[in-house]
This record gives sequence, C-alpha cells and structure tokens, in this order.
Amino acid sequence: MSVALEIRNLHVSVENKPILKGVNLTVRQGEVHALMGPNGSGKSTLAYTLMGHPEYEVTAGQIIFDGHDLLEMEADERSKLGMFLAFQYPVAIPGVTLANFIRQSINAHRKAKNEHDSGMPIPEFRRFLKEKMDMLDMDHNFAGRYLNDGFSGGEKKRAEILQMAALEPRIAVLDETDSGLDIDALRIVSEGVNRLYGPDLGVLVITHYQRILNYIKPQHVHIMLNGQIAESGGPDMALHLEEHGYDWLREKQGESAE
Amino acid sequence: MTDESMQLDGFNESYAEKYGFSVPENYVFKAKKGLNADVVKEISWLKSEPEWMTDFRLKSLAHFEARPMPNWGPPMLQEIDFQDIYYFVRATDRESANWDEVPAEIKETFDKLGIPEAERKFLAGAGAQFESEVVYHKVREELSRQGVIFLSMDDALREHPDLVREYFGTVIPYNDNKFAALNSAVWSGGSFIYVPKGVKVDMPLQAYFRINTQNMGQFERTLIIVDEGAFVHYVEGCTAPIYSSDSLHSAVVEIIVKAGGRCRYSTIQNWSTNVYNLVTKRALAYRDATMEWVDGNLGSKLTMKYPAVHLMEPGAHGEILSIAFAGRGQIQDAGGKVVHHAPHTTSKITSKSISKDGGQASYRGLLKVDEGAFDTRSNVVCDALLLDEHSRSDTYPYIEIEDQDVTVGHEASVSKVGEDQLFYLMSRGLSEEQASAMVVNGFIEPLVKELPMEYAMELNRLIQLQMEGSIG
Repeated sequence: MSVALEIRNLHVSVENKPILKGVNLTVRQGEVHALMGPNGSGKSTLAYTLMGHPEYEVTAGQIIFDGHDLLEMEADERSKLGMFLAFQYPVAIPGVTLANFIRQSINAHRKAKNEHDSGMPIPEFRRFLKEKMDMLDMDHNFAGRYLNDGFSGGEKKRAEILQMAALEPRIAVLDETDSGLDIDALRIVSEGVNRLYGPDLGVLVITHYQRILNYIKPQHVHIMLNGQIAESGGPDMALHLEEHGYDWLREKQGESAE
Repeated sequence: MTDESMQLDGFNESYAEKYGFSVPENYVFKAKKGLNADVVKEISWLKSEPEWMTDFRLKSLAHFEARPMPNWGPPMLQEIDFQDIYYFVRATDRESANWDEVPAEIKETFDKLGIPEAERKFLAGAGAQFESEVVYHKVREELSRQGVIFLSMDDALREHPDLVREYFGTVIPYNDNKFAALNSAVWSGGSFIYVPKGVKVDMPLQAYFRINTQNMGQFERTLIIVDEGAFVHYVEGCTAPIYSSDSLHSAVVEIIVKAGGRCRYSTIQNWSTNVYNLVTKRALAYRDATMEWVDGNLGSKLTMKYPAVHLMEPGAHGEILSIAFAGRGQIQDAGGKVVHHAPHTTSKITSKSISKDGGQASYRGLLKVDEGAFDTRSNVVCDALLLDEHSRSDTYPYIEIEDQDVTVGHEASVSKVGEDQLFYLMSRGLSEEQASAMVVNGFIEPLVKELPMEYAMELNRLIQLQMEGSIG
C-alpha cells in the first residue's frame, strides 16, 4: 500500500512570528508535486518543518506520515522512517568525508530496521556508492572530499541527490534544488531524480522558478502565498505562472479575504 | 536530579568502566608524602645514583623551593598542595624484559589497555611505565644492532652515564621554571633514546604511562638525542584510573635533533580528571633538522603544556600540532612555542581545541624571531570549537619579531557546533550524539591522520566516549 505524507492545517512560527498559517497538502508515494511561490511565502519553512528543524515551532496542525505523528519525532527518526530533505543550503562539515557520512547514515538506517545489523560491508558500500555516483555523473574522487566543504553550488546539489539515492527515501522534499545550478547541472540533477522516481517514491519539488519542472514533471502544482496554499492544479498551472506571475493570485487571495 | 548531573553521572560511569579501572595497591616501597631534602636524597639513594645526580637533584629542589609560583595561567594552578603528594613509588623491585615475569596485577592493567596487542603489532621496543619505574622494557634486537639505545632513564643513567651526563638538563635547565625544577629534583622513570648518525628507525617507539596510586606524582624525565641524519618517531600515550584526590604529573622532555636529523614526538594524554598535568617539553633543532610535536590533550583537571622548538641553525624546521579537549571542570591550557634563532628557518603551529560542558580550552603560544634570523617563515593557525554556550575558548598568541625579513601568518577562528550542522546530519538518520561526535572527529581529523593507525583509533574512541550522553 502506498504511504502518504499528510499535512493538516499546519501553523508554524519562527521566533514567535507566524509564517505558515494553515497549510493542507498530501503527497503519496509515486506522486510528484511541485510547490511554487514567491520569496518569503513560507516554502522553505514548510521544508524545514517537515524534517523537524528545532527552530521551527509548530503552533497548530498535524503532520502524519505512514500513520506516524511526525511532530513527535526528531529529525533522525523521521529520516529512518523514510523522509528526506534535499537542502537548499547544505551545511559544510570539515574533516568528514562524503563517503564516510553516507556510510554512517546508511548504517544508522539499517540499524533502525534491525538492531543486530553490523553495517554495510565496506567493499559492498564502495560498489554501491560508485554506482550511484555514476548515475549523477560524479567523479569518484568526490567521495573522499570533506562534506560540502568548498563544494561549488552545483556540487552541493549533486551531493544532496547522491544522499537521496543512497538512503532510498519514501518521500523526498527537494528545497530549491534548482537554485544556483547552470543548465547542464540542472539537467543532470533532474535526470538523477527522475531515475530514482517510481511507485515507491513521492517527491515534493519546492521551487521559485518553473524551469526545473521542464525536467521533473509534476502531476500536481501548488502555489503558496502568505503561508497558505492559495491554489492547486495540474502541470499547466506552472506555465501559467511563468507567463502571468503571482499578481493574479494575490488579487484573488485579497478578494477572498474581504 | 537535574539533567546536567544525570549526564555527568552517565559520563563518569562509562569512563570509570572503560578507563577508570584500578588494581589493588601492592608496593614494595612508598615514600612519605611531602617534599624535602631528605626525600630527595632517599630517592637518589634508592636508585644508587652517581653523586652528580644527587647534587643536581638537591640544587633543583633548592631552586624549586625558592621560586614563586608562576603568576600567569589559570588560577586553579595555585590550588596544588605540594606537601600532600607522594614523590616516589616503586612498583616492583626489579624491571623485567620478559613478559612472563611481569606481575599478574600489572599485566591485567596492561591487558585492559591493550598493550600486548600493541606490542605485537607496532612496538619496536616498549618502555611501559607503571608507577614511577619501568617494569617492562624490551628493545628489539634490530634496534640494538643499529646502535639505537632505548632504555628507561634510570637504566640509561647506570649503563651510559657519560652520555646522559653530557646532555641531561642542557635543553631544559633545572632553573628553567618552577615545575622543571620540581621534576629535576624528584624525577623518576621516563625514556632515554639515542639514535646514531644516519639511522632511521622505521617503527614508532612507544611507551605507555599510568598513574595508579592516590596522591602520587609522576615525574618522568625523557631525553632523546637524534644524531646527524637520523630519524625517530616516539609515541607517548596515557590513560589513567580515576581517584578522588588530586594527583600531580610534571614531566620534562628534552630533545636534541642534530644536523639533518628528524624527530617526531606524539602524545595522547588522557589523565583522569583530577590530575594536574604540568609539562615542560623542548627541542633543539640544528642545521636542516626537523622537529615535530604532535600533542593531544584529552584528560586531566588542568593541563599546562606548550611544546617548544628552538631553531638553532639555518635550514631547521619546527612543527607543532596541538589538540585539546576540555570537558566539564577541565582546563586545557595548551599551545606551542617556536624560537627562530637562525636565518632561513621555518615553522608551523596548528592548534585545535574543543570545549564542552563548561570546559575551558586556551591556546597559549609564543613565536619569536631573533635579530639576525632573516629569511624566516612561520605560520600559526588556531581553531577552536565550542559545543555549547557554557564552554570557553581563549587565545593568547605572543609574537616577538626582532628582524625585518620575516614572513609570519596568523589565523584564529572560533566556531560553534551549530544547530544547523546537527540538524543537517540528523536529517540523514544520525542521532544527536552521533552527529556531534562526527563534527568533533572531523574537526580533529588533521591531527588524527598524523598519528599511527592504532593511536588514531584510540583517539576516535576516546572522543566518542567523551561525547556519550553529554549532549544537552
């Protein structure tokens, strides 16, 4: 049975300032959703809240994943359950190699499923990682570099998708994965995501621009304005936004508020 | 119980279980507490030392007594009660070169430290110091054949009195500082190494140290002479059991690296958190010689240690890599000193410190370039990592340059393990403890990769232990 991520009437504050004001959204395995919206509309707040960043305070609502209340769980527990967030700004950890980090993450996931698991054997891990890196057109030397330390923007985003490929999540949230990528990098990253996509993976693509949606094709498009989903529709809506901007929606939201 | 005290209990439990073991005291001889000329004479008499050494000890004692305590450094230093300490303990009557003859209790302690394993794999010759004297000492035949001398300092004084007398106290004179004077008066144990011209010792020489008597001071004295074109890597590692009252550890390490020679001296210090660890380490590097200190400080209540390199002649190079981990109640005052006495000399100091649970780590360093020491280059980098709001990091970089043609770089950074770093790592499935340990291990990676494999693994384990249950 496919698993769903259900966001119900979610209200979130950062430093006591309300950012999300009643978000409702459901993403199932096997679906691709795009969440669009202007800067400051609350898209990244939603991404961080879904993963459990401690600075984001949920004041009302629920996040249910596979029947579990995510709000009761720490970020690592959410990850082990099958949630994944590709960060807009991945954090550098000097002295820790990308390979070591991915291996420890994989082993943490394996241990969560079977407490007697002694980790993926190193030769198997090497093969596994090389295969995933080839898929993303990454040099194997990359594995020995320190995590996000001195990575270019494109390298960081590829490393995020590499982690996603390694951890095989059930629901992945891609937060502005297209930002800072040139057209070649965007294509490679998008193709990587498309290869991972299937009946067992649900994807929520958060983006400011329509262009990534030329590569990753959503079935559903949602538009966020002022901390709420203002409009939901099919793939055509992204193109409509590209042409007309967000003003028509703002006006519409303004009208309904009156 | 508050959260904090629960964490502390948890920390101590695991520490005691893994590293706090102790065996019943069973000593042939134990001096009285306290220090005076009679105690010093007794130590020298028990060791059947030559008269010059007895005189040296008494002269040092007089200086120690006359010299005031240093008026700098952490205030905790003033709390030491010198009359409440044992100055000499002999664990067995004789030393042993045969493992089978080592007493069972002592073996048991060594087993827990993994020494036999280390011996098989790595040791070229081990002087394992249990209490104040070396009980187990073996020099690989190969080394003897090459003319390398690796003995306890006591043995060296008996077997090579002229060689010892020529160099002993020449790098760090008895009146160098109060604690060097104390060591000079009551020293016991430590290693003596002589590497002849052109001989390159290809395996690290190692010695293990433990303190095992309550209120017992350890005052080992190490002297290493690397002759022209020779090389040696000496590794010193310490783990100590926990006792409730304070212990004093004040070592002196003197090193001479002659023309074209190279010496690397690596330490991992993990004294229990009631030990005062006040160490003077200094090396002289002559023409085209290289001296490297790799110094890791995890344990002790208070450590004050600034390994020094004096670049005596052109072409000499000095490197100091210092790491300090200060946990609850600990002060790590560490760093390094380099003095460029000659032109065309180069040096590098890298310091990394980690503070958590209110611990204080300081970098204290001196870089000095004498007048006439032109065409010299030096680089100093100190990075500090704070794991929480209660911890502290200070930097005291002293730089004295008396020549014009000098290139000096100095960088300092303080970073905190941020919520964002932890969140990022946790979002991939790592627990908060695993995530913190990963950040810390990454931070010290530049040091760890300089250590022999076995020590690197031990250091990683120790860090893991320090991190367990300690994240609030």
